[in-house]
Amino acid sequence: MAQRSFSRRRSWRIPAAAVFLLSLAGVTWLLAAHLRSREPSHEPPVLRWGGDPEGGAPYVEADPRNPSVMRGFDVEVATAIAHGLGRQPQFIPVSWDAIDQSVRRGDFAIGMSGVEDTPARRATMLETIPYYEFTEVLTVRAADRGRFRTLADLRGRRIGTLGATMAYALLMKASGPDGFTTVSYDDDVHPYEDLKSGRLDAVVLDNIIAARSMRQVSGLYTQPVPLEVGHYVGVMAPGNEALRNRINAVLLARMRDGTLERIFKRWNVWNERQAVFEARLIRDGGHGTVAVGPSLPVHRGVLATVRRYLPALFAAAGITVVISCGAMALAILVGMLIAAGRIYGGRIVSAALLGYVELMRGTPVLLQLYVIYYGFASFIRLPAFWASLIGLGLNYAAYESEIYRGALEAVPKGQLEAARTLGLSEPQILRLVRGPQAFRLALPPMTNDFVSMLKDSSLVSVLTVVELTKQASIFAANSGSWVLPGVLCGAFYLALSLPLAHVARRLELRWKAPTA
Amino acid sequence: MEGTDRMTPVLEIRGLRLAFGAREVLRGVDVRLEGGAFVALMGLSGAGKSSVLRAIVALEPFTAGTITVDGFTLRPGPVPRESQLRALRRKVGMVFQQHHLFEHLPARDNVTLALVHALGMEKAEAERRAMSLLDALAVSPRARALPRELSGGEAQRVAIARALATDPPLLLLDEPTASLDPARREELGGSLAALCRAGRTLLVTTHDVDFARHFAQQVIVLADGQVAEIGDPAAVLSRSSHPATQRLLQARPGSRAS
Repeated sequence: MAQRSFSRRRSWRIPAAAVFLLSLAGVTWLLAAHLRSREPSHEPPVLRWGGDPEGGAPYVEADPRNPSVMRGFDVEVATAIAHGLGRQPQFIPVSWDAIDQSVRRGDFAIGMSGVEDTPARRATMLETIPYYEFTEVLTVRAADRGRFRTLADLRGRRIGTLGATMAYALLMKASGPDGFTTVSYDDDVHPYEDLKSGRLDAVVLDNIIAARSMRQVSGLYTQPVPLEVGHYVGVMAPGNEALRNRINAVLLARMRDGTLERIFKRWNVWNERQAVFEARLIRDGGHGTVAVGPSLPVHRGVLATVRRYLPALFAAAGITVVISCGAMALAILVGMLIAAGRIYGGRIVSAALLGYVELMRGTPVLLQLYVIYYGFASFIRLPAFWASLIGLGLNYAAYESEIYRGALEAVPKGQLEAARTLGLSEPQILRLVRGPQAFRLALPPMTNDFVSMLKDSSLVSVLTVVELTKQASIFAANSGSWVLPGVLCGAFYLALSLPLAHVARRLELRWKAPTA
Repeated sequence: MEGTDRMTPVLEIRGLRLAFGAREVLRGVDVRLEGGAFVALMGLSGAGKSSVLRAIVALEPFTAGTITVDGFTLRPGPVPRESQLRALRRKVGMVFQQHHLFEHLPARDNVTLALVHALGMEKAEAERRAMSLLDALAVSPRARALPRELSGGEAQRVAIARALATDPPLLLLDEPTASLDPARREELGGSLAALCRAGRTLLVTTHDVDFARHFAQQVIVLADGQVAEIGDPAAVLSRSSHPATQRLLQARPGSRAS
């Protein structure tokens, strides 16, 4: 009876998952379409603008004297725009890589936080005219300034940058012929620290970021020849053309009357390049540099897009699988040792292990990953992959050890006594009787943890590892939409976790079923 | 030294006292078993029968007295470490009332486990020995079954085979008749008598008077933590005037689990 109902449940599980996925995709498409077609909202007396306070000076940062007040050149440009529209600026904090999604959702009217003009953004979002021209520059250790002048000099080396940026796209495009490894970071501070410590041989980022980092990290040198020229723009939701055109007019007016020049000079980012750039914009009336016409999304066809990103997603899924399996193996091994130590060890061993378990369970795994990768870097410089695997493994070991300890203690005393009367030693009893019986009890919660591990492995992107979620977010940044990458990414995770749950269920059943 | 000479004690217990906290369960028990004896240790539930067996196999510490099994002596105090008990483990086998077969192993592997890992026997040889033991106890067809698939009687015979695997001179059985129907009880008695004839010494706790009278060569009646009576089953279980034995006889045909 139990067997029958089980197989019936199993038989509709896969179709059910497919239906769920399809409906998820459908709902997302509908929502996206609805948002696209939505009429521009009525204009409030404030201009809500979004920026990333973590971007820091000179873009947007909390004023150290009063952290509730934002300052930076983006803040001042946004304020100038608001005032030009006859409104008051209202700042909405947002994480940098979510600016497009957030503005599309209607959280704010315009995103301004060193937002780059890119083909993808131009195709899917609405952009203002550019208000700043930056360059992508190559920063190396001062000792290497003569050796690493261009990307071509960095064959076989590791170059870091901020993920999902123009710099990242530039490196990805160039890495083929030049044969270097691109390392993607989630922030723009750690690449320079890793450059100094030797984990990287170069960093490619915006000149403003490079200049700032050179002030904070000593011993670096930025090559004077720019690799590429880019522009900061305000990003707005499609359908908001009327407001966008008024903002463009305000921006041009502020260029003409020198307001922008004063702002940029105040923040030390004014240079000869800006003068030439602004003069050209003023002369052309804002036209010619970026597309200001109707920016309808370019439909390349879903299949073509999927086909283009599928290989990268497969590779990233491979990284996710390898890190999850490796970390789980480590967690199982260490977890078993901890559990055995807590049961068989003396009071001191047991207390020390309990301390470890509470420390690992009581602090965020993200913090632990940072400590292992950056905190320990001064005495052991682990590669990102190994730091991720070890970090996740040691964290999960704490949870596994609790599972094993409970399972070991749940093995009936009579089993152990019978083994003792047969003359087995304590280690033999653990290995031959207690361990195997406990393992069966531990299997269901372990499977659960393995599925969690698959998903938690996305955290290691903070250590520059490009796994599934990171690859999907790169995909999203390049294509300007999260819909397709999100659905694909979710499908990959399900494709990994469903069979795992299935295998575990089979194992459980087989061990419970007659073997005769 | 002493072998299986009939006059040499295989088991000698002197002045055994055992307490669970403040409650003293055994208050000076003396038992002497000669080689090849089949002795029934009787008494009402709570008389301390199981505690005697558990003390002999060093699963329970005791407070006073000595236990000597075939030259190996246990003394009062905490149970020694397993590494110091290796000699004892070779001398005495134990069949628990609940069998305690290893739940994750088929019947045959329950029997081979100690042979391979405690004695270091070759796996193939251990399996041959296990099969011949299971065969002798008429459970070899169930050799590949897991414990939970065995009937109570089958599980008990596998447990006996497991305890006999390392060929200990002394075999202890705790309430082996408790969950058997009369026909199975007869079979068990026959099997145990055969082991006894082959030179094995058996100490069996039971409160089944008929079983003891039928198969045992000697009966020890425990009452209030002491030996109340000792002697030939026919004599003790028919004509005894001892109040403890009287109560035991009145409890017939109670073959309750203790």
